[in-house]
Amino acid sequence: MKQSLKNVSLPAWNCEAHLNRTVRDMPPSGIRKFFDLVSEMEGAISLGVGEPDFVTPWHVREACIYSLESGNTHYTSNKGMPELRQAICDQVKKSSGLDYDPAEQILITTGVSEAVDLAFRATLNPGDEAIVPEPCYVAYTPDIVLAGGVARAAPTRLENEFRLQPEDVSAAITEKTRALLLSYPNNPTGAIMTRADLEELADVVVEHDLLVISDEVYAELTYSGSHVSFAQLEGMQERTVILNGLSKSHAMTGWRIGYALGDPALVGAMTKVHQYTMLCAPTMAQVAALEALQKGEEEMQQMRHEYNLRRRMFVSGLNRIGLDCFEPRGAFYAFPSVRAWGLSSETFAERLLHEQKVAVVPGNVFGTSGEGFLRCSYATSREELIEALDRIETFLSGL
Amino acid sequence: MNEILEILSENARATPAEIAALMARSEEDVAREIKELEDAGVIRKYVTLINWEKLDKSYVFAVLELKVALQRKTGYDAVAERIARFSEVESVRLISGDHDLSVTVRGNSMKEIAYFVAEKIAPLEGVQSTCTHFILKSYKEHGVILTDKPRPQRLVITP
Repeated sequence: MKQSLKNVSLPAWNCEAHLNRTVRDMPPSGIRKFFDLVSEMEGAISLGVGEPDFVTPWHVREACIYSLESGNTHYTSNKGMPELRQAICDQVKKSSGLDYDPAEQILITTGVSEAVDLAFRATLNPGDEAIVPEPCYVAYTPDIVLAGGVARAAPTRLENEFRLQPEDVSAAITEKTRALLLSYPNNPTGAIMTRADLEELADVVVEHDLLVISDEVYAELTYSGSHVSFAQLEGMQERTVILNGLSKSHAMTGWRIGYALGDPALVGAMTKVHQYTMLCAPTMAQVAALEALQKGEEEMQQMRHEYNLRRRMFVSGLNRIGLDCFEPRGAFYAFPSVRAWGLSSETFAERLLHEQKVAVVPGNVFGTSGEGFLRCSYATSREELIEALDRIETFLSGL
Repeated sequence: MNEILEILSENARATPAEIAALMARSEEDVAREIKELEDAGVIRKYVTLINWEKLDKSYVFAVLELKVALQRKTGYDAVAERIARFSEVESVRLISGDHDLSVTVRGNSMKEIAYFVAEKIAPLEGVQSTCTHFILKSYKEHGVILTDKPRPQRLVITP
């Protein structure tokens, strides 16, 4: 037997040929390259981290541990624990005045990332277009493409402090446009949209009968005034799906808890996909999220306060050393311009890393309109921020 | 709460320039307010939190619980202020519960503290009883966990 097997020559296995074409042709995230460069460098200060530097407050971790000790290890309902859905709806009512029925209008997801994916999959038909304001978080366009849709970029610009303008939305609209994505406070720019800014968009949205997918994961990190959701505008709640979670507000990135709020038909459709793919968000993380919502307000305020202190110090520091930066009013990113220094974002970032060991993310990674800018996260300690400013200043003096 | 005090309570070495940058105020403004807080006695001292246990030779600390006989005119103040004068004493607090005063004491040895209590504190007029608890290990001081292990690292770059 052994002999005969040896003589059979099997055809070569070509795994590439078995991959889905869309997935195979999808470029890897532009962040990857920098991740590898920084990982190999000793003593680098990273301003490239898109998550809080705080550890989840102890009482939240403790609630999860206690729940595990009690044996709470089973599935929850597909939509998520009823108590958690209720707590989120209560909190949203309190902060925005919007009513959502915890039985039909909310889905707990495995991080906001899943909610973004579900929103596109549940709404786009093959060839349908969704408008994505750029620069933006790296996952929206791939998610749209994976859902069979087509992403159309609407650029945002420094002269408008990166707030989305109605004419740029109009310019991206075709007869196939079905949805508009909003992502404010914004990663990577730190821009926010005021109520007046959103109202200008509402006319375009209604005229073209668009669904609005609003990723508001940084909503609680708004430093001037309070966050306004597109759903809060008169008559806009029905056509808006709000996506949010606890990752940024409660320093719970690794727990992967997000949620979607919207029309029962849309939330129902998203729940169907969620049911067949995720089944439910991790039970232990849902328990922790409930604790964070019910008893975590004070820590959340403290963290926001600390980000705000760093924001003022860091942004004024950037301007002082010669990296022009508009005032970011949300999230935890500053988005300074490097145009005056005659280098592309990528060259600037690579040289800064090699020459002074400070890691930032070049703005073009977040879309072509991010070229000429750098994303600097101030979700890192004050000492590191001060040291990073010193090093950037030294780098600039050598240019 | 006063934002300057919050910042200084976390880091006594924060300079007026650094605090001003954090608060988006002018350096002169912040320096003037700090001076006012110092003059008003709100800011009493800038201290360093030291983990003495990291040293080979360290101090011995004890918590004394004292029962005090109340005096008609001066209440607890007379005896508490008298105890506070000893340089061995680090803190004196009036507390609710079984005892009246809680006193922390620093010395070079257990014996030294024991003699100090026997010779200086117990005989004081008004002190009815003393109970000395030696501190064996300190886990957290002034909001800082002293036994912390290194934190897990974040990924260096994330979207």
